[in-house]
Amino acid sequence: MLERGVSRREFLKKLAAISAMSAAATVIPGIIFAHEQISKYDTQGISWQKTPCRFCGVGCGLLVGIENKKAVAVKGDPNSSVNKGLCCVKGYHSVMALYGKDRLTKPLVRKNGKLVETSMEEALELVASKMKQTIKDHGKDAVSIYGSGQWTIPDGYVASKLFKGLIGTNNVEANARLCMASAVTGFLTSFGLDEPMGCYEDIDHANVFILWGNNMAEMHPVLFSRMLDQRLKRKAKIIDFATRTTRTSKAADKSILFKPQTDLAVANAIAYEIIRNGWVHESFVNKHTTFKKGITNLGYGIEDGYKFKDDEQPISFNEYKKFLADYTPEKVEALSGVSAKDIRYLASLFGDPNKKIMSFWCMGMNQHTRGTWINNLVYNLHLLVGKISTPGNSPFSLTGQPSACGTVREVGTLTHKLPYGVVMKEGARQKAAEIWDVPVENIDPKPSFHTVEMFRAVDRGQIKFMWIQVTNPMVTMPNLVRYRNGLRKEDRFIVVSDVYPTPTTDEADVVLPSAMWIEREGMYGNSERRTQHFNQLIDPPGEAMSDTWQLIEVARKLGYEKWFPWGKEEHIEKIWAEYSRFHEGAKHGMAPYEVLKKQSGAMWPYFEGKSTKWRYNAKYDPAAEGDDFDFYGKPDHKAVIFARPYEAPPEIPDSEYPFWLNTGRVLEHWHTGSMTRRIKVLHQAVPNSYVELHPDDAKKMGISNGDEVKITSKRASINMPASINERGIPTRGQVFVPFFDEDYLINDLTLDAYCPISKQPDYKKCAVKIEKV
Amino acid sequence: MPIKSYLVHAAPGHKEIVRNSLLKQMGCDVFPAENEDVLVLVTDTQSKQDELVLESKLAEIPNIQNMVLVAGFVDEKSKK
Ligand code: SF4
Repeated sequence: MLERGVSRREFLKKLAAISAMSAAATVIPGIIFAHEQISKYDTQGISWQKTPCRFCGVGCGLLVGIENKKAVAVKGDPNSSVNKGLCCVKGYHSVMALYGKDRLTKPLVRKNGKLVETSMEEALELVASKMKQTIKDHGKDAVSIYGSGQWTIPDGYVASKLFKGLIGTNNVEANARLCMASAVTGFLTSFGLDEPMGCYEDIDHANVFILWGNNMAEMHPVLFSRMLDQRLKRKAKIIDFATRTTRTSKAADKSILFKPQTDLAVANAIAYEIIRNGWVHESFVNKHTTFKKGITNLGYGIEDGYKFKDDEQPISFNEYKKFLADYTPEKVEALSGVSAKDIRYLASLFGDPNKKIMSFWCMGMNQHTRGTWINNLVYNLHLLVGKISTPGNSPFSLTGQPSACGTVREVGTLTHKLPYGVVMKEGARQKAAEIWDVPVENIDPKPSFHTVEMFRAVDRGQIKFMWIQVTNPMVTMPNLVRYRNGLRKEDRFIVVSDVYPTPTTDEADVVLPSAMWIEREGMYGNSERRTQHFNQLIDPPGEAMSDTWQLIEVARKLGYEKWFPWGKEEHIEKIWAEYSRFHEGAKHGMAPYEVLKKQSGAMWPYFEGKSTKWRYNAKYDPAAEGDDFDFYGKPDHKAVIFARPYEAPPEIPDSEYPFWLNTGRVLEHWHTGSMTRRIKVLHQAVPNSYVELHPDDAKKMGISNGDEVKITSKRASINMPASINERGIPTRGQVFVPFFDEDYLINDLTLDAYCPISKQPDYKKCAVKIEKV
Repeated sequence: MPIKSYLVHAAPGHKEIVRNSLLKQMGCDVFPAENEDVLVLVTDTQSKQDELVLESKLAEIPNIQNMVLVAGFVDEKSKK
């Protein structure tokens, strides 16, 4: 990695020291190491450059140390208001992911069944000619692109312009559909506009944090450290509301366990109690909200071609109150396993006028067959008591990926979206056509396939060509066996751009080596509407090329040079300038390129030289009218309180498959582990996946820690080691499996049921049986 | 060959004593926290054997309450 042995040893010693300091910061919040110890590194020929972290949606600001054209060390950026100099174990080791031994450095094409090396020119030529031929033979909707919340903003923008504006297909999706689509539809239905109204600074003001199915200690560790710090300083309370005991539960002031899917009922029971006790903030509710209901018994999208359109109807406050009569704490206790006392306690936290309250959630609420509904129901609680859009009062939907917000939600790399608005709206199509300088007829007014349907369309043969960038669907798709077989079918052509070999590159006809993170220039957008720019700090290895530039090269080969005229030096700046035009104005203005280059991020709406911390509140938001709140995303400027019932999930444990299967992540590994498993320290910390069982269940079946266990669902089975009383403890009758390990493809077992409104699959609930091998 | 880092928890009020004891060992860098009885220790040894010797010496240092391994690197290149 480094040319000289001595430099290399020094580098490893620095990394070792920094790793330990980071570990200390995680376990002992507020610990300080003397500045000269840290700055000692500054004097050793290292230049420190700012960048957002490569990994999670917290979007910590990092300073990466560059020495001899290599990234040699990492520290938290003290100028970043996100992490204030903190960092987690993944962030500290992030630069090591650049230097794995098996980095893809040469393009590969499949010849006689085998992937063989070729030149970049030949590989890109092949991609372009296959796209052309497929469009000629099967029409424009036979080609598709599947991107990522780890795409940079320019990657996603160029993909959208090429596919939607020029080729004219809406076959554009991204893996963020699997992680935050329910958050988007939750925001849109309740407020009419996407993304949180508050920001991380809310943590410094809130008295209570309720974590809804959100293991923040592992998944958003730096934000969790900030909360722990507030507990120390201000005695803020942390309530963990979850289906499994985790590190978060152990650190929380109170852990409340509920049965899978019953969060819907508990949220309604809290609303019931708020109303029964007279805790409704009447003037706020009267002035700023309306009440609605939608269609119920929606189904689950398990069948191909399933379609659903909601029909929202206004209801009165009294009708809403009547609807809640089914959700008394006692009734909900029987369904959810949460005691009526705990439900009343949660309601009292919302009801107490002296407490500021933050709700946090991520995959637990979003990967849910009623994901949109549970998002609506948590907003209901904040709206009923008027605890929203002020410092410390904040329902906060977290994202998992570094640019799920920036690239997927804001650029709109989903089938129905454009950078501004949706393809179904004429005005949005016109705006895109004008900025892209294409005929408006180019943009198809009908959405095509959301992610699950897109992979089904590949299986069925409607889609013949798929280009996959910065994601690993052959580990992450639910009901994976079907989609793996789909990609393998005779006349499908699969292109994969990535940095390491994965189970997805194994299925590819062309593999394009990508430049990773700081090997190119780009921007990410994190969970708090913060856009963060990073410069190219080091050279990519071999022929690796940025995903943006791969797309531009192919677009040019397809004859679209006029629309992608930029030179290599300037293309990111030019793309940013063009993209920003979509969002001009007080509601969503983006910071100019020069500002992003200079500072550690800026939050949109960025208007008249200022970031906006709290939206919908006239005191802070330049787009809000009047003297207090203005939910201007809705035509009547009012947020919606929804009557959404509890509905059971599609697959429930029975006598043959008696356990719930829940899947998720661990602190040390990023998603499918393709990067973090190549970092020795992280790999050694959690070398393989496992199945967590409740100790009583394990005892009943004679299973001890480390025993091999067979897990079977209706779709597939897998053998893996048991984990008992280790990192997490599922409730009785439930098992948990992390999905980071490609040697144990747990998604062979999961079900591809999804929320009918958001089309986001539920990875948290299906039925399995467990046998000792 | 191996480079390792540890979090060392000193007995309350004994951080300086522990620091001095650690610094007496060959191949040890120490970074004490300013506001806690915690030190970061980085060890750099030339062979597996040296490492075992160092580990047993570290185990004998009094006033260390707990020592947790955080990171370990083997310098493959310099091994060759
Ligand atoms: S919390 Fe997330 S963004 Fe921050 S350092 Fe860790 S992985 Fe990176």
